[in-house]
Amino acid sequence: MTDTTQTTPTLRSLLAESPILVAGLSILTFWLLVAIFAPFIAPFGPNENLIPMAMPGTRVPDGRLMLFGADHLGRDILSRMIYGGRTVLTYAPLATLCAYSVGVTLGLLAGYKGRWIDELLSRFADLVLAFPVIVLYIVIIQKFGASGLNILIAVTLASSPGIMRLVRGVVLDLRTRAYVSAAQMRGESTLYIMFVEILPNARGPLIVDACLRLGYVTITIGTLGFLGLGIPPPTPDWGSMINESRHFALVFPHMAIFPCLAVSSLVLAFNLIADGLREISLAD
Amino acid sequence: MTEPLLRLDGLSVSYRTRRGAVPAVVDVSLALKRGESLGLVGESGCGKSTIAFAIMRWLAGRGQIAGGRVLFEGRDMAEMSREELRRIRGKRIAMVFQEAMSALNPCLTVGAQLTEVLRFHEDIVGHEAERRSKDMLAEVRIPDPDRVFRAFPHEISGGQQQRVVIAMALLANPAVLLLDEPTTGLDVTVEASVVRLIAEISRRFGTALLYISHNLALISRVCERIAVMYAGEIVEEGPTRRILTAPIHPYTRGLISCLPESGADKIARPLSPIPGQIPAPWERASGCFFQPRCGFAVDGLCNTSHPPLVTDGKGSTVRCLRADEIGADRIVAAASEALAPGEGIAVTVDQLSKDYRLTPPGFRGLLPFAEPLRIRANDHLTFNADQGRTLAIVGESGCGKSTFARVLTGLERATGGRLEVAGQDIARLSVIDRSRDQLRALQMVFQNPDETLNPSYKVGRQIARVASRLLNLGRKERAQRVRDLFAEIRLPAGIADRKPRHLSGGQKQRIAIARAFVGRPDIVVADEPVSALDVSVRAAVTQLLMEIQRTNGTTLILISHDLALVRYVADTVVVMYLGQVMEAGTTSQVFSAPHHPYTEVLLAAQPKLEGDRGLDAPVEGETPSPLDPPKGCPFHTRCPRKFGAICETTRPPEQVTPAGHRMACHIPMDELARVQEKVTT
Repeated sequence: MTDTTQTTPTLRSLLAESPILVAGLSILTFWLLVAIFAPFIAPFGPNENLIPMAMPGTRVPDGRLMLFGADHLGRDILSRMIYGGRTVLTYAPLATLCAYSVGVTLGLLAGYKGRWIDELLSRFADLVLAFPVIVLYIVIIQKFGASGLNILIAVTLASSPGIMRLVRGVVLDLRTRAYVSAAQMRGESTLYIMFVEILPNARGPLIVDACLRLGYVTITIGTLGFLGLGIPPPTPDWGSMINESRHFALVFPHMAIFPCLAVSSLVLAFNLIADGLREISLAD
Repeated sequence: MTEPLLRLDGLSVSYRTRRGAVPAVVDVSLALKRGESLGLVGESGCGKSTIAFAIMRWLAGRGQIAGGRVLFEGRDMAEMSREELRRIRGKRIAMVFQEAMSALNPCLTVGAQLTEVLRFHEDIVGHEAERRSKDMLAEVRIPDPDRVFRAFPHEISGGQQQRVVIAMALLANPAVLLLDEPTTGLDVTVEASVVRLIAEISRRFGTALLYISHNLALISRVCERIAVMYAGEIVEEGPTRRILTAPIHPYTRGLISCLPESGADKIARPLSPIPGQIPAPWERASGCFFQPRCGFAVDGLCNTSHPPLVTDGKGSTVRCLRADEIGADRIVAAASEALAPGEGIAVTVDQLSKDYRLTPPGFRGLLPFAEPLRIRANDHLTFNADQGRTLAIVGESGCGKSTFARVLTGLERATGGRLEVAGQDIARLSVIDRSRDQLRALQMVFQNPDETLNPSYKVGRQIARVASRLLNLGRKERAQRVRDLFAEIRLPAGIADRKPRHLSGGQKQRIAIARAFVGRPDIVVADEPVSALDVSVRAAVTQLLMEIQRTNGTTLILISHDLALVRYVADTVVVMYLGQVMEAGTTSQVFSAPHHPYTEVLLAAQPKLEGDRGLDAPVEGETPSPLDPPKGCPFHTRCPRKFGAICETTRPPEQVTPAGHRMACHIPMDELARVQEKVTT
């Protein structure tokens, strides 16, 4: 028998397989590079007060260009957007990761152990999911105050029930596989079976879901920022930039438009990646 | 010579994949005359289903006809318009698919789907359509056509679904009926009756049949001619009788000799498997495609030139360069040594019961104190398994044989009775409560090769894990044990570094056997270990399992529905029906008269190469629901030898002969022996 090892995916083969995935990855890579090299790219500091309400294209006295104009405190919008990318690209993956660790563990427990554990966890998940998410966020953050940590807690609490349900569904199918029985028959512990035997085989739908969820979390962080519940000022954050622009939106729309574009492009990137991954997994 | 009804002329089909165009069917020529029945036999991946789809011009997006023609009534189907093809499909050429449930629309009643055929093809509607549909349901031997006509597909059984699909195909009175594995997934007794129906139809309606199957024995019951396919091409074609009695091509011979002959046992006639495995289309050898697995291949001839299909004068064609030379040879397999007698009892099963509780369906299930439904999956089982021997448990799906395996291995807990292994009662000891030595002593080989290994890890690692869990071996010894086992299952050690998806079904099942034997278990339970494998691979895996059992002195508990395999492998047999033991005894006791009537039915339903024997009419009807088992004898609803009201009211007593042959039947064993003797002679 000749070896049927897979060929490592090159950019060209990936492009042929799923142009959508490549598009999504390109946008994401762009924002990642921007966030990493922010101090070298940004023309101004994020909190530097220059000319309030400057229109796009205004030059400061030393000749540097404010490409996207400035906000009501005279801070360069482009520079705040570039630094704001750091905020969202730190908190979105971190929050998703937290939500996943909780959701996956509970989902594995509910799906594999079944019986009353499943009943208890599923009903609790229903309870959380039945609650309007925004109200939930407001309650949590009103209670504990706005901070990065509280964003993580809020997102984890709100998204882990959904993740739990997804994992539970996949596990219900996987736990009847013969290799799980074989593991039980050599006396493996419940933890080993859940995390070593079952979880790796659930990765397909989970990876796709994680990308979609990264998009949702990006929106959530934006929403929290907009409601004034996100990272406290003056840290640059796309959501709070949009919030600050509210009073001036009719006169100075550029204050809102550019951060909005940033949020939507990043969400789009995550969605495209999710779609592309699904496309590839279906083709196999 | 008149033009045949359907003619394939050098048909080639290929699929576009990431590897480029993969040829699935290579230069196939076949002719089907009016009213003739032709069988197409081959193992999975040989392209037989592709041929059916190519005839219908129904190839999925990636498939395309790369060459050749399909002529229907002398006309090239490639030149027909879409509309013309639409009218031919269903009306002139009808098809019956593998799974009936997916061929029927679950949202429409059976009646609506039947009358649709008449409306579309013959413009018949209303009462006339209903009458004709019901008549056709009666023609396919559905006992209650009125009820089935109004039923939804999920409300009727699997066998009836397949009959409905056949009825649907026949309604428009087609000239050709394509059948693609029409009995896959049905129980043996149901399969036998569906096959009998198909054979009857071709005679009565004069429909030409193209019957596609991997099961040579099944095809030989229906078809006048058989074409054998290997790796996308026809290797031999001829009249059924000639193919069965005097096969020429080495592959056909291999297929026949790797089937356990009913009547033979493992000592008198060991299986002779075909070595190696079916090549993927991109792995086909140069020269003859079969040459790498062929015992007759000659270097310099078979591996250099591709053999043409040669026709002899008597209507047979063969694709082999050495057909003339090897024609007379018979394959003689070496005899193996006899088994040492058992040294004691390995497993004692005493009045073992297992009930499942179900929440009642519908509104009642929502009530907090609703009485749960009980399913008695195992009902007071009593039998023993001798040490170092093979015990087979036989029965149709739903008879409780797999439940017993799960109780024995501790994946489920029994609800009553005793189950003794090595002097300890383990009936209510689930896996988490068993000691390491108890776990080591009892291992299992599972049915489905695609689910038995974890797809995420290399197979070597999976076996090593068992060695570290059950034998507590260090890293070095573990690696050594894995190497030894790979030698024992005759796989190259390099395979240890592969993940399961890079292995064939047979290889996966070998690894699964190795995994079960890592800890040198005392007892191995094998649940249908070869039923999901290709015929030619089946023999090799069976042989391996028996060998590794013999060298380790392991007790094997084989669970199977395949009586030929059981007869071949087992020393003692237990026949189960609806959770109860119907008959138990040594293999020769169970397979010779007197049989329990159920065993008799199973034996009659078994497809045989030598033609039909025994009971002429295998039972109609299907296993009753275990939720509502019949009173009295569980088998009385289908029993061909039922003799009175006592069968319906009283549970039959157990009769035991001095030699240990047991059966549960109201008819005395002498009487059974007398009537059954009459049938066989």
